[in-house]
Amino acid sequence: QNQNQNPRKLETSPCFLFTVNSVAKMDFQVVILAGGFSSTLFPLVSKEVPKALLPVANRPVLSYVLDLLESNNLKDLIVVVEGEDAALKVGGWISSACVDRLHVEVAAVAENVGTAGALRAIAHHLTAKDILIVSGDIVSDIPPGAVAATHRRHDAAVTAMLCAQPVSGPSESGGSGGKDKTKKPACEDIIGLDSWKQFLLYIAKGTEIKKDTRVKKSILCAAGKMELRSDLVDSHIYAFKRSVLQKVLDQKPAFRSLKQDVLPYLVRTQLRSDVFSDQSNVEENGNGNGKNNMQNNEVVLSQILSNASSPSFHQVYESGLDSRKTHKCCVYIADESKYFVRLNSIQAFMDVNRDVIGDANHLSGYSFSAHHNIVHPSAELGSKTTVGPHCMLGEGSQVGDKCSVKRSVIGRHCRIGSNVKIVNSVVMDHATIGDGCSIQGSVICSNAQLQERVTLRDCQVEAGYIVCVGGEHKGETFARK
Amino acid sequence: LQFILELRVLDSLVKSNLISEGGGGGMGAQKKGGGAKVSEDAEEQSRQRLQAILLADSFATKFRPVTLERPKVLLPIVNVPMIDYTLAWLEYAGIEEVFVFCCAHSVQVIEYLEKSEWYSHPNLVVRTIESHKSISAGDALRYMYEQQTETSQIQGDFVLVSGDTVSNMPLADLIQEHRERKKKDEKAIMTMVIKQSKSSSLTHQSRLGTDQLFIAVDPLTKQLLHYEEDKIDHPRGSICLDKSLLDSNPSVLVCNDMQDCYIDICSPEVLSLFEDNFDYQHLRRHFVKGVLVDDIMGYKIFTHEIHSSYAASIDNFRSYDTVSKDIIQRWTYPYVPDINFSGNRPLKLGRQGIYRASDAVQSRSADVGASTVIGYGTKIGDGDKILNSVIGNGCSIGSNVVIEGSYIWNNVTIEDGCEIRNAIVCDGVKIRAGAVLHPGVVLSFNVVVGRDFVVPAYSKVSLLQQPTTEDSDEELEYADSSSGTADHMSGLNLQMEPKASELGPDGAGYIWEVCEGAHDEEWKHSVAPIPKDKLSEFTQAIDDDDTDDESVIPASGELKSDADSINTDMNDPNDDYYYFEKEVEGTVLRAVEENIKVDLVTLEINGLRLSYNMESADCAGATFYSMMKLAVDTPHSSASELYKTATSIISKWKELLGFYVKKIDEQIEVIMKFEEMCQDSPKELGPLFTQILHLLYDKDVLQEDAILRWAEEKAGADEVDKVYLKQCETFIQWLKEASEEEDEDDEDEEEDD
Repeated sequence: QNQNQNPRKLETSPCFLFTVNSVAKMDFQVVILAGGFSSTLFPLVSKEVPKALLPVANRPVLSYVLDLLESNNLKDLIVVVEGEDAALKVGGWISSACVDRLHVEVAAVAENVGTAGALRAIAHHLTAKDILIVSGDIVSDIPPGAVAATHRRHDAAVTAMLCAQPVSGPSESGGSGGKDKTKKPACEDIIGLDSWKQFLLYIAKGTEIKKDTRVKKSILCAAGKMELRSDLVDSHIYAFKRSVLQKVLDQKPAFRSLKQDVLPYLVRTQLRSDVFSDQSNVEENGNGNGKNNMQNNEVVLSQILSNASSPSFHQVYESGLDSRKTHKCCVYIADESKYFVRLNSIQAFMDVNRDVIGDANHLSGYSFSAHHNIVHPSAELGSKTTVGPHCMLGEGSQVGDKCSVKRSVIGRHCRIGSNVKIVNSVVMDHATIGDGCSIQGSVICSNAQLQERVTLRDCQVEAGYIVCVGGEHKGETFARK
Repeated sequence: LQFILELRVLDSLVKSNLISEGGGGGMGAQKKGGGAKVSEDAEEQSRQRLQAILLADSFATKFRPVTLERPKVLLPIVNVPMIDYTLAWLEYAGIEEVFVFCCAHSVQVIEYLEKSEWYSHPNLVVRTIESHKSISAGDALRYMYEQQTETSQIQGDFVLVSGDTVSNMPLADLIQEHRERKKKDEKAIMTMVIKQSKSSSLTHQSRLGTDQLFIAVDPLTKQLLHYEEDKIDHPRGSICLDKSLLDSNPSVLVCNDMQDCYIDICSPEVLSLFEDNFDYQHLRRHFVKGVLVDDIMGYKIFTHEIHSSYAASIDNFRSYDTVSKDIIQRWTYPYVPDINFSGNRPLKLGRQGIYRASDAVQSRSADVGASTVIGYGTKIGDGDKILNSVIGNGCSIGSNVVIEGSYIWNNVTIEDGCEIRNAIVCDGVKIRAGAVLHPGVVLSFNVVVGRDFVVPAYSKVSLLQQPTTEDSDEELEYADSSSGTADHMSGLNLQMEPKASELGPDGAGYIWEVCEGAHDEEWKHSVAPIPKDKLSEFTQAIDDDDTDDESVIPASGELKSDADSINTDMNDPNDDYYYFEKEVEGTVLRAVEENIKVDLVTLEINGLRLSYNMESADCAGATFYSMMKLAVDTPHSSASELYKTATSIISKWKELLGFYVKKIDEQIEVIMKFEEMCQDSPKELGPLFTQILHLLYDKDVLQEDAILRWAEEKAGADEVDKVYLKQCETFIQWLKEASEEEDEDDEDEEEDD
């Protein structure tokens, strides 16, 4: 199913399919970085609900990642959570939800260690040849197996998944939520690719670059051409060679973030690699003499797989110098039709919820009614109440008379009074909404209560918070201090 | 294999009647082919003739000393003058009218063209334009523009090439493309031809001996976004692309493996742009960069990449070598030695790419190797070894001579047992027996190399002495403007300097010294292959660069983006202030000299203040600084004299200063500035500190409060900083007492009330 995403259409698909289906066999370990209690998502995230368990169409966001990995036959997973409390919550959910299908370990690391720090903390668990690292807040249908395959094909040190900037993605056609998106921050990532779009030559965060983009001449000289793209974003799915990753983490104790430190470092040093210098020794010690031979075979194999009639510029460069080592930084560019959003802001949370029951509904895993909505059979609707398309009404929720629900997600066991209007909003489980409320573009967290005739527009209400009678609010955040 | 291919091409061309075998008739037939192509858009074409401007001057000195005696465009490349390649190509590509712009040696160029068949060519009108004042391509185009207004010769889009271009690319389609783009977008004024260079990273740019070229292109529209040249042996550092580029283009292609062919399709606006920007000299360095940077006019330059055809400009000796080899290898077909394309006598092509004139005499024992050209009337003696070389007409080569990778022009005499490697030997040179030319040697016209003399590598030898007043700035030594006289001198020199013994006792000629700075460049531009150690040095440089970069990265882990560091460089407030101060100084100086009214000066300084985003206090400081500087710079013999000047300046311009020192803070700023100045020149201003401070107080520029506040602030400073405070201690004491008295007075008054 995945051969379409292959950046070079020249590749032979049989090999490719083979690799996708047997990623697990090919000695890959998957690490999911599920974060902790993210502060950017306040007040949606609370002590009860860590980031990984935020509901997207009434399912924790982490479940989307797990489903995605499962569909790619990646079933051996390590979920890394920041903070013991969060780890307990996440672990509890995982054991209840998918213990039968997947083999998942949950590891807790200290808070605020960053992504690189988290990996450093669990380094002793990593044993496979290559590591696939997936951010836990992804809602997407891009196959991570394809990243793994690309990685293996090039025998790369690191492979990053890139996808089109979501501004032009399917989410835009949702229309209603688009008002904030028109003012998208220009170029999130600046990414330099070689002319075959196989190798990553340059990466910088667009927001960090104030005036000029500086591209090193040496890499330009070696590669000849570089295409600088500002319409791609790094999707936080990486495949690393384990030895390389561990070496970088060891050598650079100050590195905190994979995206901002480790990846740029590897990209920058790809023409004079330190990470490979004594790799063969390590391998030999670990696996005896046969391994060396294996490695040579793998190099040959990777050349065959990458269809390399002419050697890559890395090899050319390497051959020009005597004791020079290079490593490859590869990319996998997802097809533009694929859906990809990271749940890393409140806006993104709204978008994801809207999209998953709207345009990207194949991700939700639910079957939609003829009205393009999902109303749980146990939900009760009052008379003259309408639930429009692209809506979701959870189990056991009650909606009073003359209500109107449009493009919104309503969780389980919510109580909604009469004459309530809910548009473009997310109402989480066990929320109570009084008569005559009007809610637009807002998030009502679980157990929150809106008393009668409250009007909310672009507001967030923290879990368990009570909004008093008859207020009219716009763009506010309701939370206990 | 290539020859087979070539033959096939030839074959197909013959079939399609584009070229007939009979030399002279070939041109007409070719023209028909070109005409057929052009007629596709007959309407358009009939309205506008296809025109070209050919710059018959390189406006550079890279071919010296040869170009002192003959213009570059007339130098032979594979035995045919360069300009013939350019003209033949233009004619073939369907250009109908060429303006040949001659500057240096214009007489020679015009004479040559008059004699050649180009003046009477049926399909191509060649007009010459002569200008001796032009010292750059920019000047030439400005001259064209001025002529233009009188005679309107250029009617529409035109092709701009230099007379050293060897190409076989078709132009009609490209011009069409340019016109259509221009119709859609008024601002698309130029299309630049680029070509992929060789694939190895080492030869991307070194092959033609040109500077390293980095361009950024929009991959969809092919618009040129960035153009940067850099010295080849400095691959350090990075390319800076403006962030707005990336904001407005989702994808930007940055290339290092492209070469600029120096073939441009221009719209008439290009000429007027040169006219408007009188400082544009170089086509690329000034014009292209100027257009790219200027976003007011919003003009755009587009690129056109050629894939299958050949185009190169001969910029230096290395590209001379490269292009010669390309011609011999037939990449430039049909402009190859065995085809008559400009009235040249075709040579006969043999095996292994050996071209030989029918009447060349070659000894049986001579060994002529692959890729060699031997011209008419040339004699090759016994036991000679010739490889990869071009030998012109009428040369006589003795026995046991070794010639490798060299270019021997016409009527050269080489005596027995010489060794010539990777050299260029101009017309009329005599190389006496046993002489050795090391790689990279250039022998200009009529030089004589003495018996057994060894010419060291990279030497340039001429009968003319090296111009002594050589300007080290390349920008300024554009043309061989002195060349007109050089023509006559060369004759003189021959007679006057037979004793010139720099080339051995029986030799004649001066070995030019390499001007300092250019020494390292020599290997890049020379005909000699790049030495191994340079290549490794070159790659080494890349590595060094990387390690340099590494050290820049802070170990703290928080990676500082590169952009940050630029920003601090660029917007350093101190830097800004420095320039602001300079500007204010200039303004004040002018005001004093020209006696401008105070109002006007304040107006000007206010303007500066706004443009540099400065505070009023900064203005006060800068103004005062300029005034004091003026006083110090005025010649004076003693301190008292200096004080007098300062007094007169201050009293005259106190109003100006008064405009900015309305607040206490501003006055303190003035004192601080003054203190700073005194510290900088303790001998001159130092002793006068108190006096001038007092003066400023007397003139009501400074109020006592300001002085006292300054004294208070300074009281806590280091001892070193207190020098001037101590100096004016008595003054301050006096001020304090005075103010106390005043206070008392005030109090008294109050009491009185």
